[in-house]
Amino acid sequence: MTVSYENSKSIYAGIRAAGVRSISALPETWLGLLLQRAEDDPEMSLIQVTKEEEAVGVAAGAYFAGTPHVLLMQNHGFLAAINGIVSLAQLYGVPLCMLVALRGHWGEPYPWHTRGGIVTEGVLRALGIPFEYARDPAVVGRHIHEALTFSQSSLSPVALLLTRDLMED
Amino acid sequence: MERARCLEMIHPELEEMLVVTIMGACAQELYDLGHRENFFYLQHAMGLASSIGLGLATHLPAERVLVLDGDGSVLMNLGTFATLARYRPANLIHVVFDNGSLLSTGGFDSHTATEVTDLAAVARGAGVDHVVSVANEMEFGEAFVDAVERDAMTVIVARVRATGPDHYGMDLALPENAFRFRRWIAERRARGPVTPRISLEK
Ligand SMILES: Cc1ncc(C[n+]2csc(CCOP(=O)(O)OP(=O)(O)O)c2C)c(N)n1
Repeated sequence: MTVSYENSKSIYAGIRAAGVRSISALPETWLGLLLQRAEDDPEMSLIQVTKEEEAVGVAAGAYFAGTPHVLLMQNHGFLAAINGIVSLAQLYGVPLCMLVALRGHWGEPYPWHTRGGIVTEGVLRALGIPFEYARDPAVVGRHIHEALTFSQSSLSPVALLLTRDLMED
Repeated sequence: MERARCLEMIHPELEEMLVVTIMGACAQELYDLGHRENFFYLQHAMGLASSIGLGLATHLPAERVLVLDGDGSVLMNLGTFATLARYRPANLIHVVFDNGSLLSTGGFDSHTATEVTDLAAVARGAGVDHVVSVANEMEFGEAFVDAVERDAMTVIVARVRATGPDHYGMDLALPENAFRFRRWIAERRARGPVTPRISLEK
């Protein structure tokens, strides 16, 4: 299994087409090609954080500055960011457009990913965070635009889950 | 030195800056000096004040951003120093009021209480170039003025006594603070000459 080059390209194109020029991220395998593109794109501002919760703060700063922003993280990073999501984004009405690599789910061979994968959807539901699964490269760009739009209109965190179907060849 | 006194000294200088404070005592002391629309009080999410500051500073390079942090809060996000060091926005001033205490939650000692942990050394070790430790009002004032004039990111670790206000409460709902803070920035942009653009070294 390798990370899909073509689909990573489509996702990145979707981020750009949504008008986003600002990304915060913590790298992981499935996000590698996306982050490479962001790094190589002179128009894109990329802030790499040491822990995903930091990115919630960075995203709030970008929102206050009036700049559309996307957060890239693994689902375990989403789990690590929860207090920031709850006590900053949800408490103050700060939109977050989170693209979350959904590791540890259908087809997962690595045991260490599985618990996080199994609980991710339940945690999203418990937190009242709207989410959608992205599986099809043909519509992922639209999904990203919709996620961004919805986060901004609802002043809420929104998660687009990047699935194995999409991320691996 | 008292944090409230430090805030009183700098309050007149904060009319044009984007100010982000941590929760509790620090937020209250700033608010009591006179709220301004360019103040954002992060009333709960510990550790993220400097991350918000980083987001503001990198997206609004023409603005000055001041973060008023605490030892307990920054200890929850020590990685922030490494991230600040990596992107080092020149327009960011990060003040850590180190009172050795988790004051706003009952005054338990923090890990800096015995001065075993040196937050300035942590910041330096993380790669922040310009870190100043201050222990009295004169030093604080000088460090602040120097940070404002300097075209480089500054971290100021200010050793203060563990004292806070005798009351809490603001006539400002939390989302209202966020909306108005954002609007203040937007209206300033609309007026110019602050031209926001993203400036990050890659
Ligand atoms: C995640 C989390 N854990 C614990 C608390 C409880 N709490 C509220 S204020 C505070 C201490 C803040 O300390 P510091 O940043 O040093 O500021 P001070 O209150 O001393 O001014 C703590 C631990 C909290 N708000 N959030």
